[in-house]
Amino acid sequence: MNLTNEIIQQKLTEKFGDQLYDFSEPYGMLTFKAPKDLNLKVLQFLYDDETLRFRFLTDLQAVHYPNSKGNELAVVYHLHNLVDNVRIRFKVFTDIAKPDVFSATALYRSANWMERETYDFFGVNFIGHPNLIRILNVEEMDYFPLRKEYPLEDMTRVDKDDEMFGR
Amino acid sequence: MSEQHVKLPEGNIEKHTTTLNLGPTHPATHGVFQNILELDGERIVSATSTIGFIHRAFEKIAERRPLYQITPLTDRLNYCSAPLNNMGWHLTCEKLLNIHTPKRVDYLRVIIMELSRISDHLICNSIVGVDSGAFSGFLYLMQYRELIYEIYEEICGSRLTTNMGRIGGFERNFSAVAWDRLEKFLNEYPAVLKEFENLFVRNRIFMDRTIGCGPINADLALNYGFTGPNLRAAGVDYDVRVHTPYSSYQDFNFTIPVGTTGDCYDRFLVRQQEMWESISIIKQAYQKIQEFKGIEADVYHADVPEYYLPDKTDVYTKMEALIYHFKIIMGETNIPHGEVYNSIEGANGELGFYLIADGGRSPYRLHFRRPGFIYYQAYTELIRGGMLSDAIITMSSLNLIAGEIDA
Repeated sequence: MNLTNEIIQQKLTEKFGDQLYDFSEPYGMLTFKAPKDLNLKVLQFLYDDETLRFRFLTDLQAVHYPNSKGNELAVVYHLHNLVDNVRIRFKVFTDIAKPDVFSATALYRSANWMERETYDFFGVNFIGHPNLIRILNVEEMDYFPLRKEYPLEDMTRVDKDDEMFGR
Repeated sequence: MSEQHVKLPEGNIEKHTTTLNLGPTHPATHGVFQNILELDGERIVSATSTIGFIHRAFEKIAERRPLYQITPLTDRLNYCSAPLNNMGWHLTCEKLLNIHTPKRVDYLRVIIMELSRISDHLICNSIVGVDSGAFSGFLYLMQYRELIYEIYEEICGSRLTTNMGRIGGFERNFSAVAWDRLEKFLNEYPAVLKEFENLFVRNRIFMDRTIGCGPINADLALNYGFTGPNLRAAGVDYDVRVHTPYSSYQDFNFTIPVGTTGDCYDRFLVRQQEMWESISIIKQAYQKIQEFKGIEADVYHADVPEYYLPDKTDVYTKMEALIYHFKIIMGETNIPHGEVYNSIEGANGELGFYLIADGGRSPYRLHFRRPGFIYYQAYTELIRGGMLSDAIITMSSLNLIAGEIDA
């Protein structure tokens, strides 16, 4: 029997009830959101369940939405069931003032550097991470560069008319 | 003991290990890697890796660029196989924009992707040879990387950081010279590769040097997020080309070689076998392309005027082409809303692009899943307890590319 998105969604709803929300399938990949306290429980359930078997962490990163107050940072997990070849994505949202999310390093060793990278660029504080220090940027850096409040170009430049050219 | 002698502080004599700073500019690491090793004699007790020396903030830069200007950024990830990254990026954009490419474009891309896979594996394997003391194989194979680069040059005008292709296809059709060079490559390379194999595969010295060196088992490799040849050497047959075929890979016959022990020797053999498979795929694609006749034989891009930069003669003579040319060059095309993760089988493993578009002219967020970044974290565990010289050979057989790791 093929593992379809419907089965996954049904299994997840059975286990977590309506705590998981916003199920959708952009470009065929099942996507949902979870409360941030549940992230490890969801990961563990997806890992352990004999039908789901999402045992490969493909990717982990964050996205910054400065306009959604209280939920500015989204941590996005991409998981892969290599046996049935199904991928899913789920997100947890956190307040930028207190960006604490549980670390997945106990479940996936690969999460170690991915979480360090996420911390480095977005300042997500992964609780339980063994070595949460900057990885690509210099240690002396005192801000998190991929947050949207840091513009890429010097905004005082006058040689570019954004009215005309737009960017 | 005279007064001039340096007096070691108390307790220093208790330290039985030596601290060695390997890198970031050590010639044997083939890239900017720093590893601080604690050595007991020549044996590694512990290691700490530091990365980020050539971090260039591509993900941030991409947030201010239209899609076509991000292609040159992807070149600089794994620069040993830049066209693979380019094609991966174009495929991601096409998935987001719902563009379907013609079969001929898919096959042309397959040729390019497999050529760059060969050029990547060829460097990796011959460097493993160099690090185990056999320099001649490297010089011999390097000629054929040169030939591959000449093919790139004929197709897109550049060699290392290729910026090849467009969203929807290629900038121009492959010229007769390009096909001639490809034929020359297909005719000559197998014999050279065979000879290279004869030098290494059953060479007693090479076998003793690499068997059991830096091994990893399948469970640990999966937990560490290994993909690509390094995962397959540990015995897991995961290959994106087969699991999620893209660019018409389902039309080709090829096998996925797997190893058993995941050590340097198995990684070498898996890459070696993959090169043979790639040659076979290129031959099949070349044959399929020759079957296109008449007007179909001139197809080299999809019909997507909003994203595909028009031909220069059209820009000078046709109104629509001029408008689209201007809009594309100035980055004035809005990207539709969407969230897409797309991955291809890069030379080192699953190269993924996670792209979020919010309707603006540039991505809202773009994340590169660089396979090298994810599996390099296993390196310190792989080399612990081994000899220093094994650490060097493990590093080259994992095919770590600093550009890919640091993004």
